[in-house]
Parts: sequence; C-alpha cells; structure tokens
Amino acid sequence: MSAAVLPQTTGKGVVYTETIIYSAPPKYLSEVPYQIAIVELENGRRMTVRIVGDQVSTGDRVAFAEFRNEVPCFKKAENE
Amino acid sequence: MRAVAVVGIGKTPFGAFPDRDIRSLSVEAGEKALKDAHLTPDRVEAFYLGNFAGPSFTGQNHLAPWIASGMGMEGIPATRVEDACASSGSAFFHAWTAVASGVYNVVLVTGVEKMTSQPTPVVAEILAGAGEMAGEGKAGATFPALFAMIAQRHMFEYGTTREQLAAVAVKNHCNGARNPMAHMRKVVSMEQVLAGKPVADPLTVYDCSLVSDGAAAVVIAPLEQAAEFTDKPVRVLGIAQTSDRLALEDKDDITTFQALRRAAGKAYAMAGVTANDIQFAEVHDCFTIAEILATEDLGFVPKGEGGPYALSGATCLHGARPVNASGGLKSKGHPVGATGVGQICDIALQIRGEAGELQLRNHNIGLAQNLGGSGATCVVTVLGAK
Repeated sequence: MSAAVLPQTTGKGVVYTETIIYSAPPKYLSEVPYQIAIVELENGRRMTVRIVGDQVSTGDRVAFAEFRNEVPCFKKAENE
Repeated sequence: MRAVAVVGIGKTPFGAFPDRDIRSLSVEAGEKALKDAHLTPDRVEAFYLGNFAGPSFTGQNHLAPWIASGMGMEGIPATRVEDACASSGSAFFHAWTAVASGVYNVVLVTGVEKMTSQPTPVVAEILAGAGEMAGEGKAGATFPALFAMIAQRHMFEYGTTREQLAAVAVKNHCNGARNPMAHMRKVVSMEQVLAGKPVADPLTVYDCSLVSDGAAAVVIAPLEQAAEFTDKPVRVLGIAQTSDRLALEDKDDITTFQALRRAAGKAYAMAGVTANDIQFAEVHDCFTIAEILATEDLGFVPKGEGGPYALSGATCLHGARPVNASGGLKSKGHPVGATGVGQICDIALQIRGEAGELQLRNHNIGLAQNLGGSGATCVVTVLGAK
C-alpha cells in the first residue's frame, strides 16, 4: 500500500513481520542496526515501514509516528 | 509441441575471478556446452542470455549480441532476459518455447553474472533492486532483510526454529565441499552458523548465499534430433514460468511462494508426475529459509513442515530425496544470472551419471527450481533420462 494514503487511516496496526538490519547499502550504512517491519493496518492493508524507538516483535501493536525522508516510521503502541 | 532435450552442458567454476570479465565467463561456458554437444558456433540458430544486472555491475549493456559475437555466432537473434535471480531460468524457458514450437532446432542458453568487482554495500544496493524500490526499498529493506522477514513470519506461524534454518546451510556446505566447481568448498558446523555475523535478524552470514562470478550454458534441441549431438540426452519433461506481485507487503501470505506453487503444479502436469515422483532437486536456496519454503511449495512436505524436514536428514546426499546435492547457491555460489542454467547443468550431470563424488543413487528424474526476487518470478523444470 502506498504511504501517501496513510493519513486516511487510523495509523494503528500490528506487526506482521520484522527484521533488524545489520548490513545495508551505502545510503543507509550510517543507520545500522535499524529495524523495518511490515505492518498490517486496521483497514487490513500492509505497509513496509521503519521502526523507531523500542524494538518490536511480530504480533506487537504499533502506531504511526512520523515521516522521515518520506519513509513512514512506526513505534510501539502505548498500552491502552 | 515437440519434445525438447538438453544435449550439451558447460559451466565455469563459480567464485571470485578478478581477472575475468562478463564476456569471457560467458564465452567459456558457452564453448564448453557447444563442445559437449559436438557443435560448432555456426550451427546455433538463436542465443538467449540470462543476466540480472550486468549493466549495473559492469557498466556494459547490450550484452547478448556482444557475447554471441565473442563466440563466433554471427547474425543470429541474441536476446538478454532479466528476471532477477531467475533470469537464466526464464531464458531457458523461452528458449524451450522456441524449440518446442518448432521455430528453432539448436539454441544456446547461457546465464552469467559478474558481481565481485563491486564492494559489498554496492552489491547490496543492486540486489535490492529485485524488490520494489518505491516501498520496501525506500524503507531500507535489503535483499537478506526481505527473506529475514519471510523467516520471521514462518517461525511465528509454524514454529520453525533457528536450528532448522541452520541445518540447510550445514547440509549444503557439506555437499558443496565435494563439488570441484563450488565457490566455497568448506564444511560448516551448526555452531558456526548460529554464531555467524548477523546480517538481517534472524539470518546470519551463513544463511546467505554467496556473491559470486560465474557462467553456465546449455544447448537444447528437439529430442528426435538429440542423437546427432549426444548419446545422453536429458529430456525436458515439464517446465513452467510464473509470476507474482513484487513487494512482500502486497502478498496475502509471505510464508509461501505462490509463483512457485503455480509453476510446480504446471510443470508436474506437463510431465505427468506428482511431487512424489521427483527423486532429487536443485532448489533456489538464496537464503536458508528459501529452501525450507521450496520443499513445502514443491509439495515434498505439507506447509509448515519444511523446517523439521530440513533437520531430518531426508534432504541430505544419501537421504530419501536429496535437495541441492551440488551444494546449492549457499556453497556452490550464486552468480545471480547464472544460477537457473547452472541448476539445469547440475541436474543433467546427475541424470547422465557424471556427478562424481556427488553422484546420487536414484537419478532418473530431477527438478530445478529457480526463484526471482522475493518470489515474483519462478521457473520449475522437471528433467528426466530419455
């Protein structure tokens, strides 16, 4: 799903899968290790995102945090 | 439709060859395949080249006619096929359609990649282009990261373990150590794999196939003419190429390669066989998890049981159904564009009974499975003794 439509969603979802990357292309080398995830949003659509803040695991609830260089960044959801 | 046979095979070793360029590797493999089929270049009617990223790795584009003319094949149609890591599997499929339909009689198919001239981060960037750059690529996904996410989900849904992934690497290195054409001819232990340098969690460097240079080539011809070229023709019993969505986020279920399942179903139907009839296979173990998914999606075991199957020993050299007797991409090396045709060569070698130390007991019907990207292209080929 295109990140452009993210504002039209609740911005909340569940981690479908994730990985922490230790070996990266030149443009991301300075950021390793970093975590990415495929998040399943409440509307059922999935999106590949960057995780910021605490590490997350598959099944964790997450929420949209911000765009960084047009990349959607999600963080672990606060306990509700 | 005519029956088609592989009548000549040829490979360069896979490895790091700083003194070789992409054309010299291709020419070496092609000339070996022609010699194996007792053919001269002027007899070849069409040339198909499987290559993923020659222009990015080497700066040279328009590769097929450059390589064809380098072999003395003048004036014939020369076409490069790009389908990521399945480039030469796809090239083989299209060459097969041309011979099966009667357009050509003698066709050369070569796969090649020259990767080691670039530093690892640049290689990672080029390989990432086999995924969807606008979404997963922009988020910072590397190629190992895509397969790491597949592994994580497979572990989450089916309880697949780190040890089961490692068992694939241990087995394939055990086989590859005995393959004189392999890139990394050394055994590795379970402990080494588990303690390997992390690449993308849960995958370590030992879960990843190698960055290699190399080329592989086959000559195909109608089965009825095969006796002109060889006394050991290897028949294409069934073959299919399929496609799927590029990005992982767009797939309903990332623990299965839909394109693989479809290709296997079509290839089995054409060959008139079922998964149980396949005696041995070369599968696309670009990462250890990919071999586990392949054994499930080929129907060797039910979904979710690929992990225990890998650890059971059934896929070892002397197991019930050997998988990647050659050492696979893991140990043999993965010069991306050469891999599909390289697998066909390895299956043919077994069927011809010429696999030396790695020769299998049951070798009449084998399968090659070549995957592109994170599963958006798949080619499955069932080969048999005549």
